[in-house]
Amino acid sequence: MDYIAVREADFVFQEEYDQLRQNSGENGAVVCFSGLVREMGVTDQTQAMHIEHYPGMTEKSLQTIIDQARVRWPLSQVRIIHRVGRLNAGDQIVFVGVSSQHREAAFDACRFLMDYLKTEAPFWKKEITPEGDIWVEANEKDAVAREQWKN
Amino acid sequence: MKILFFASLRELMGDSIELDIQLPVSLETLRSEIQQAHPEHADYFRPSRTLAAVNQTIAQDSQIINDADEVAFFPPVTGG
Repeated sequence: MDYIAVREADFVFQEEYDQLRQNSGENGAVVCFSGLVREMGVTDQTQAMHIEHYPGMTEKSLQTIIDQARVRWPLSQVRIIHRVGRLNAGDQIVFVGVSSQHREAAFDACRFLMDYLKTEAPFWKKEITPEGDIWVEANEKDAVAREQWKN
Repeated sequence: MKILFFASLRELMGDSIELDIQLPVSLETLRSEIQQAHPEHADYFRPSRTLAAVNQTIAQDSQIINDADEVAFFPPVTGG
């Protein structure tokens, strides 16, 4: 089962983990990742950021990314939550969690989902700093991380 | 046809524009029509700076655009 949510509301890590454990008789592994707003952003004094997305395409692209992961690994449940709107330093931005029979698939799939989310899902971050607002530029490291899955 | 913009491009161009163009055309042609209509922002529409989606899927410049298609331009994504 796949769960995708794009929303302003925060998530509770424990609740997401509990969902991934449900009906998990055959599963031996749950891997969860959460991403946070860093204080050191484009400038070294990011206080907050605004996250914009492309409604409709965002959900569609996250589903495509999950579908690609399911082709590569035997996954039981997948949950992705991405927050939008204004977030402060230290806030949770993103949750990716998977359950699977074995840990290798769960670890790899979780990392794959994040690497693809960062380079393909239509979200954009704007950092709010005392000197003004700055759109975050795409990071070459993220593209390199995604390319590694193509081997 | 209506064209959508997001993020920094939305701030430059507005949420959307209505472009007077005979369809079907390639995405590449559509891109250069926007550049000609908005020469002050032409540089932003270079393929290396701006991605395009057709019907909410990332599209290449060779893709043909038809009447009912939803077309959007935006900068490389930075979520996560």
